[in-house]
Amino acid sequence: MYSEKVMEHFSNPRNVGEIEDADGVGTVGNPVCGDLMTIYIKVKDNIIEDIKFKTFGCGAAIATSSMVTEMAMGKTIEEALKITRTNVADELEGLPPVKMHCSNLAADALHAAIDDYKKRKGGEGEEKKAED
Amino acid sequence: MIYMDHSATSPVDPEVLEAMEPYFTDSFGNASTLYSLGREARTAMESARKQVASIIGATPDEIIFTSGGTESDNIAIKGTVFKLKKKGNHIITSAIEHPAVDETCKYLEKNGFQVTYLPVGEDGIVSVSDLKDAITDKTVLITVMHANNEIGTIQPIKEIGEVAAEKNIYFHTDAVQSVGKIPVDVKELKVDMLSISAHKLYGPKGIGALYIRKGIRLEPIIHGGGHERGIRPGTENVAGAVGLGKACEIAERYLEKNSRSLTSIRDRLINGVLSEIEESHLNGHPTIRLPNNAHFRFTGIEGESLVLHLDFKGIAASTGSACSSKKLEPSHVLMALGMDEVQAHGSLRLTLGKENTAEEVDYVIESVKGAVGTLRSLSPLWCQTEE
Ligand SMILES: Cc1ncc(COP(=O)(O)O)c(C=O)c1O
Repeated sequence: MYSEKVMEHFSNPRNVGEIEDADGVGTVGNPVCGDLMTIYIKVKDNIIEDIKFKTFGCGAAIATSSMVTEMAMGKTIEEALKITRTNVADELEGLPPVKMHCSNLAADALHAAIDDYKKRKGGEGEEKKAED
Repeated sequence: MIYMDHSATSPVDPEVLEAMEPYFTDSFGNASTLYSLGREARTAMESARKQVASIIGATPDEIIFTSGGTESDNIAIKGTVFKLKKKGNHIITSAIEHPAVDETCKYLEKNGFQVTYLPVGEDGIVSVSDLKDAITDKTVLITVMHANNEIGTIQPIKEIGEVAAEKNIYFHTDAVQSVGKIPVDVKELKVDMLSISAHKLYGPKGIGALYIRKGIRLEPIIHGGGHERGIRPGTENVAGAVGLGKACEIAERYLEKNSRSLTSIRDRLINGVLSEIEESHLNGHPTIRLPNNAHFRFTGIEGESLVLHLDFKGIAASTGSACSSKKLEPSHVLMALGMDEVQAHGSLRLTLGKENTAEEVDYVIESVKGAVGTLRSLSPLWCQTEE
């Protein structure tokens, strides 16, 4: 039921792990529905220079996580924000229809990590100002 | 490939295949015709009926052939409650039935019947006193499965049968998973109706049987040419019936031996997994379960991923995780045991068959250990558990 590309990412997932000093962390999903993923990003000069994930979930959940990290690596924040769920599914040569909603959350996790990065950056800036 | 999904289906025994073969070719006759070719088919059907009756301690005239477990369940349940409509509209079943029973009850609920779904304990067993409490003067049918298809737990059918007999309520049991694996005797179990499916006991798919105790009349739910006493009309599946009969004969002959050797390798599997893998648990009752069923859950991982990893290692297994079903809900059976969704998602069912060996079991233990380790290294939930 899964495409070869999905199975390839599932059996050999890229960028697994955590980044200790990440600049942004995003978690989405709900283990209640069987999927939970966290994406960590390291950003330098507006470019995602490292990205890692940890996922609890089915084959599609793991493959989409791996795929999205590959797609976002080396991209600017603006480019990465343009990655959608559909892009991820397309890159994987499609997902079974039933998995499109439940297990295709990796793009959301990426966006959540970027939001977190922006918040931290904004927060840091303000804090510095306040200290000055 | 190591096949450990015998509760899903089993391979056809070569002896069964051989017995069926003539009824596709030389002896292709319609069993309802008068000439010798038809009579040959009829004779084969009737000796198959004897073989089926024998494995459950019934008489041949109490057996009708159906297209499988699902149809047997439907005929028994709908046939009873439609027949007894004037008497009452209440059905008692369990919370862990196969969809063939569960969905039939839900359909009836939408059509004016009332259904009580008896809860089960953490061990997956219904309580007979809950059953007694659920009975009303409107109760016309009790349907509780013999052995569960996911966790393999065996229900107290005899005790339920005694209650049903005392209260004069019809009692049906879905014995699709138990026939051929543990002794089943309709008189001892005091059941009025019992469903069988051939493909769970090394017979072909698409054929089953329903035991209907002598004297019980059901309302037909399929109408046609009067075959199988009008309860299941349609030109007889002679080859299928012969296959089911042969499968029952073989299963009966080796029941004790197979049950003993399955129990021994199943326990090897259970003990191996529980001792080799941390945070692994056995679901269902530790001993009141089918001799071929091992059902686990592993903290921090999801079952579909595990099944896919085992497939890479040449092992066929299954899971109760929602992610493998079309409904996206975790198994209603695991939820009925009181698990939360995360636990239900982390489940793995391994169901053994007579061709599995101790060496295969050892390989499976190693493979499950490896796969669980790999998936835990990816899992955000596993870190949380470690802390
Ligand atoms: C307990 C139980 N009941 C009914 C069925 C349905 O049987 P069949 O596939 O022959 O319709 C199955 C098998 O899937 C089962 O395990």
